[in-house]
Amino acid sequence: MIFVNEQDWLGQAAPLIALWTDAEHAYALYQPGRLVAIPLVDGAYPTLEPPGAAWFQRLAHDLNGHVATGAADTRPAIEHLRAADGTAAWPDFAVAPGEGVHQVAVGPVHAAIIEPGHFRFSVLGEQVLKLEARLGYAHKGTLALMLGKSPRLAARFAARVSGDATVAHAIAFAHAAEAALGVDVPPRARALRAVMAELERLANHAGDIGAVAGDAGFAFLDARFAVHRETICAAAQAAFGHRLMMDIVIPGGIAGDILSGGDAEVLAALAALEAELPALRRVFEDYASLQDRLVGTGVIPPDLAAAYGAGGYVGRASGQHADARLTPGYAPYEGIELAVPVETDGDVAARIRVRLAEMSESLRIVRLLLAELPDTPIAVAPLMGTGMGLGVAESFRGPVWHWLAVTAGSITGAFIADASTLHWPLLEHASKTGILADFPLINKSINASYSGVDL
Amino acid sequence: MVWKTVARHMMAGHAPARVPDAAITQSLRERLAAAGAAKLGRSLAIRHVAAGSCNGCELELRATQNLIYDLTQYGLVFTPSPRHADVLLITGVAGRNMVEAVRQTRAAMPDPVFVIAAGDCAVDGGVFKGSPAITGGAESILPVDLIIAGCPPTPGQIVDGLLALLEAHA
Repeated sequence: MIFVNEQDWLGQAAPLIALWTDAEHAYALYQPGRLVAIPLVDGAYPTLEPPGAAWFQRLAHDLNGHVATGAADTRPAIEHLRAADGTAAWPDFAVAPGEGVHQVAVGPVHAAIIEPGHFRFSVLGEQVLKLEARLGYAHKGTLALMLGKSPRLAARFAARVSGDATVAHAIAFAHAAEAALGVDVPPRARALRAVMAELERLANHAGDIGAVAGDAGFAFLDARFAVHRETICAAAQAAFGHRLMMDIVIPGGIAGDILSGGDAEVLAALAALEAELPALRRVFEDYASLQDRLVGTGVIPPDLAAAYGAGGYVGRASGQHADARLTPGYAPYEGIELAVPVETDGDVAARIRVRLAEMSESLRIVRLLLAELPDTPIAVAPLMGTGMGLGVAESFRGPVWHWLAVTAGSITGAFIADASTLHWPLLEHASKTGILADFPLINKSINASYSGVDL
Repeated sequence: MVWKTVARHMMAGHAPARVPDAAITQSLRERLAAAGAAKLGRSLAIRHVAAGSCNGCELELRATQNLIYDLTQYGLVFTPSPRHADVLLITGVAGRNMVEAVRQTRAAMPDPVFVIAAGDCAVDGGVFKGSPAITGGAESILPVDLIIAGCPPTPGQIVDGLLALLEAHA
């Protein structure tokens, strides 16, 4: 970490990953992991230029009361009940100007089985002119709950930042704790963490690709991909004792070894998926009615993805090459020669193509790792000491970053940046490129986490 | 002409309140209950509300609809509209930002309503218990009829819980 003056605070060139504050400082994290800090003056710090900073600055205000001086966007992030009389302090939605424009309000309770959030569309006929997302409904106070606990105890909260990416968040949290306290994790734990992370990626990609097809009225792909997600979850249960592999990654290693016979279950699930994947991909590519809904829908142009520093399949479908698994020192991926699929169309179809390609790569990685599991212990003793550390892991939807300050074995500072934070504003943009009826497709193709940003 | 009618009504006083025959009412009630059970069978429509989950419960809730668990075979369907729902299924903690939305969803449902708290967070706040951002589990918002524990509960556990509800009210 580098302490900087105001000029350097404002002058960082790399894409912004995250921004947060603690009692004394504001921190800004830039790719590929450069952390700078500036002292707060009267609870304020200079606002940052990159568009991705806005949500983080709003969040810092709601969590800690700190003000980004000069910020244009001062809407609340998670705090809906700020006024003394209990009324919502959220400002009125800004409707797109024009004759005949009307608003459509959706949520926080949605029609499908998904998380809570409110979407306010400005619509002219069917064309969406503007989308404003109001989040914060899933706010649970996760960051505050971590404080004062040991990294092992707080890992339970990291595992529940976003349930679909529980493994990735637990790994990033463990990386941060291990970096803070200078702990080296045994190779077997690193390999099994990666096995779980890739299984999580496979399960989510399968579920989401099917769900996008389902939202386009194409039930067959939804049904088949849902079966594969189920098979992978059942294999995860057999191998690691939990369908989502929650609470297995802990700081210092993993909480339990792969169960006897579990690897065979995993390999069987992968074989079933691999056998059907080419046929499913063909269906996806060949059906004109499906392609008609997906191609050219919800476009995120590469320059916009670059401006937000978008990661994951959202970034990679819009020409961005970053993948946190390529970060130097991110074992065990260094020896794997990871192939990162990149497309430039930036539409729903491109995001699905990227995810299909990533599935093939994850199949390869899991097999490779399971074939040569190192024969070492799976964890080291609970971590003690004092330090500050950053950790990153590539979740299925993109990089997740955790920052931890640990004092005498207990957490005194924490921040979590899910990839979704930079994807939500891109969803607002992508929705404007289509009609209202395409929104479910666009939303599902990006699949930003609500819980992951509501913290 | 109208004043004559008005005057007649004023002179006549209040008409006696009409009371339906108790025996007829009771027999009709029984016949309707029997016919309802036979015609509607064990069908229940479920309105799900995520009140502050990590989205793990939603993943498993969706999985109950896949070809393996096939929740629909039991007559159990998820409905987008609270007006069509018999069951309010709540996942996640009772987040302060969601309390009002949960109350309004319940108010939009026709009685009777069965309330289910699915997942440890909805049961009692789970690992988030004690956080100032939440009021607790679903019970802190409205009375709960059935809990399905687990973090998250497996699709099998969710289906079992829903079937128990059907059995109890068969």
